[in-house]
Amino acid sequence: MTGNPAGSRARTVLAVTAAATLALTASGCDSSSGTSASSGGVVTITVNDEPAKTDPVNRKFFLADVAAFEKLHPKIKVVPHEGQMDPQTFAAKLAGGQLENVFYVYYTDPAGLIAKHQAADITPYLSAYPAAQQVKSTLRKVFQDADGHTYGLPEGNYSMGLVYNRALFRQAGLDPDAPPTTWAEVRADAKKIAALGHGITGYGDYSKANNGGWHFTAEMYSLGGDVAKQQPDGTWKADFDNATGRTVLTQLHDMRWTDDSMGQRQLLQWADLLQMMGAGKLGMYLATADNIPTIASQYKGDPKDYGLGPIPGGKGTLAGGGGFMFNPKDTPDQIRAGVAWTMFKYENPDRITSGDQRAAAAKQPVGLPEPNIWTGAAAAAKTAADKKLANEPVQNYAPFQQALPGIPLDLEPPQAQQVYAVLDTVMAKVLTQKDADIDGLLKDASRQVDSLLAAQQ
Amino acid sequence: MATSLAPHRSRPPTARNGRRTAPRGARNARLRRRLADNAMAYTFMAAGILCFALFSWYPLVRGIVLSFQQDNLITSPQWVGLTNYRHLFADPLFLTAWKNTAEFTGLALLLGYAVPFAVAVLLNELRHFKAYFRVAVYLPVMLPPIVSVMLWQFFYDPGGGLFNTALRGAGLPTSQWIQSPHTAMISLVLVSTWANMGGATLMYLAALQSIPGELFEAAELDGAGVWARLRHVTIPQMRFIMLVLLLLQIISTMQVFVEPFQLTGFTDPSTITVMTLIYRYAFAVNNDFGLAASMSVLLFVVLGVFAALYLRLTREAD
Repeated sequence: MTGNPAGSRARTVLAVTAAATLALTASGCDSSSGTSASSGGVVTITVNDEPAKTDPVNRKFFLADVAAFEKLHPKIKVVPHEGQMDPQTFAAKLAGGQLENVFYVYYTDPAGLIAKHQAADITPYLSAYPAAQQVKSTLRKVFQDADGHTYGLPEGNYSMGLVYNRALFRQAGLDPDAPPTTWAEVRADAKKIAALGHGITGYGDYSKANNGGWHFTAEMYSLGGDVAKQQPDGTWKADFDNATGRTVLTQLHDMRWTDDSMGQRQLLQWADLLQMMGAGKLGMYLATADNIPTIASQYKGDPKDYGLGPIPGGKGTLAGGGGFMFNPKDTPDQIRAGVAWTMFKYENPDRITSGDQRAAAAKQPVGLPEPNIWTGAAAAAKTAADKKLANEPVQNYAPFQQALPGIPLDLEPPQAQQVYAVLDTVMAKVLTQKDADIDGLLKDASRQVDSLLAAQQ
Repeated sequence: MATSLAPHRSRPPTARNGRRTAPRGARNARLRRRLADNAMAYTFMAAGILCFALFSWYPLVRGIVLSFQQDNLITSPQWVGLTNYRHLFADPLFLTAWKNTAEFTGLALLLGYAVPFAVAVLLNELRHFKAYFRVAVYLPVMLPPIVSVMLWQFFYDPGGGLFNTALRGAGLPTSQWIQSPHTAMISLVLVSTWANMGGATLMYLAALQSIPGELFEAAELDGAGVWARLRHVTIPQMRFIMLVLLLLQIISTMQVFVEPFQLTGFTDPSTITVMTLIYRYAFAVNNDFGLAASMSVLLFVVLGVFAALYLRLTREAD
């Protein structure tokens, strides 16, 4: 052995430790799943929307679809992630490189993401899918820019109505086939239902986790009002500090504090009203049709007990939904693979009938009154499959379906989630404080929404 | 003056001066030898320092830089100077959040400081089932904070919640608990106190048990009762640990987040705290990470004062 053994040992230790530290650091830092690359000719993509383990049937369906897709496309590997979009973590995930290669967004988001170049342009890849043209053009336009470039694919569409408990209607002496169609009728019926006692709430509403603002918006639309209005110069301004806003809040305040028909428990968020409905403790609330199977499957309600009526007031109803967009960091191969997956799973007219058959065989809901995303032959196939395989008590949804064509569908306001967060405060105050200053609340929220909308323009 | 300077003039050359006069070759050789002798230590230190730099100091510095930028973490950040701070001071929720945080901290000190001390004294006096009660007091600490808070959410339910059911059963008026601006803050403090008192209690208990028994015996011989022993022996002996815990509690309660976030949300001005306002700025309403960072820097400065006091106290104890 020659040289300086101590120095040599020191250099070795230093090199090994430095390498280990760097490796450790790199492994600690690289948790991004949004940049999976191709290897050995196989393209790997991460996708969200995998149902949670608490929904085993749909999870099984999803994984079966992944397997079928991979069999059809042996050079693509799909890595599913649970969940869809959480408005409160979305921006951070996007910024932190944690977003999947294919990710779900609400209809309120594409415009902003396209403007900020935060979604990949998929226009060149769509020519391989002529069937996509059968999706309603109004929905496809949500994912397009002014030049007609496409950045995403719509998946579903909903419109709000009034979910009500037919059993409680009967007990309160109300006609379960004739749900209320005006807010005055909602108030009167809610009083009768609450009068049944045993902790039963007549009408329920949200005031937390952006759900309060979402419902306030739906209630404004129902009376022909708005939440934000575009100005002649193209900018947006708050539009709820007015007589319609006061009517919505005064009605809720009076139902809560004068009639005592909204229960004492407030600051509710999405699952709370479903839980109350499943437990038979709630008469009515604003919701979309897909709440009913969730109430039945997760909260042990009987699907036959629930009806769906049109939104009270009927001058407009909140329409929303979502679709899939593609990570701008995706490679062209990943975008191609992502588009192939989305088309296979969500926009495949060939799977409409087999999808209904599979759902019906597994006792999953078929025949819910949700707006059809298809046109032409695909729409006809969907209508026929729903009619043939319906396992939901569709007659209970007749009031909603009959009224829907006459009610304008209004999309959500710009910066919807942030606007809803501001409006949560208004709803929370009205429902938790008897002496809430409605004028002051509207004025303050309007000022905040104006400032939010101005910051984004 | 001249006499006072004399010792300085006669002082021998300092080590520093000595090194300066040593030949460069010898200095380098000594440095190389020292480095070689301690290579292993420096290597391990380097790994630790690198980790600290990456995961602790870098985020800190990045946060301070971010507070002077307009950044939604999506588009490129823009340097805006003090704009974020000006925006903060103009926001009416800014003062509300600090006021609420101060109120929460004050109430949490009243309850969370006094209750664990009282419980520790009681546990120390117990003759039987000591181990059982110690575990029972510490149990809530082992629950994840969100679980504790959701448990209390059920207790506070103004309709069929445990507390109101009990009040109704006793023929007493019920309360809105977290849903009324008059009771919301104290309700949050109760949850926090319940969830965190176990740790403080055990620390007090350890301090109590380290007090020499002879002091109590001497006091008893002098005819001191329970209160006199508490006043003249226990409290003076525990003064230091009480002071340290007070500072630690101020530091932790000023960062309260889970309780208001889960129980009352980030929108209710009557319970919004500094941390929930930071969340609101970053994620919920403004999507402005620069604004959230500037609020975080202010909180960091305030907590830094208490942390400095804590360090000084613990150094004195050492």
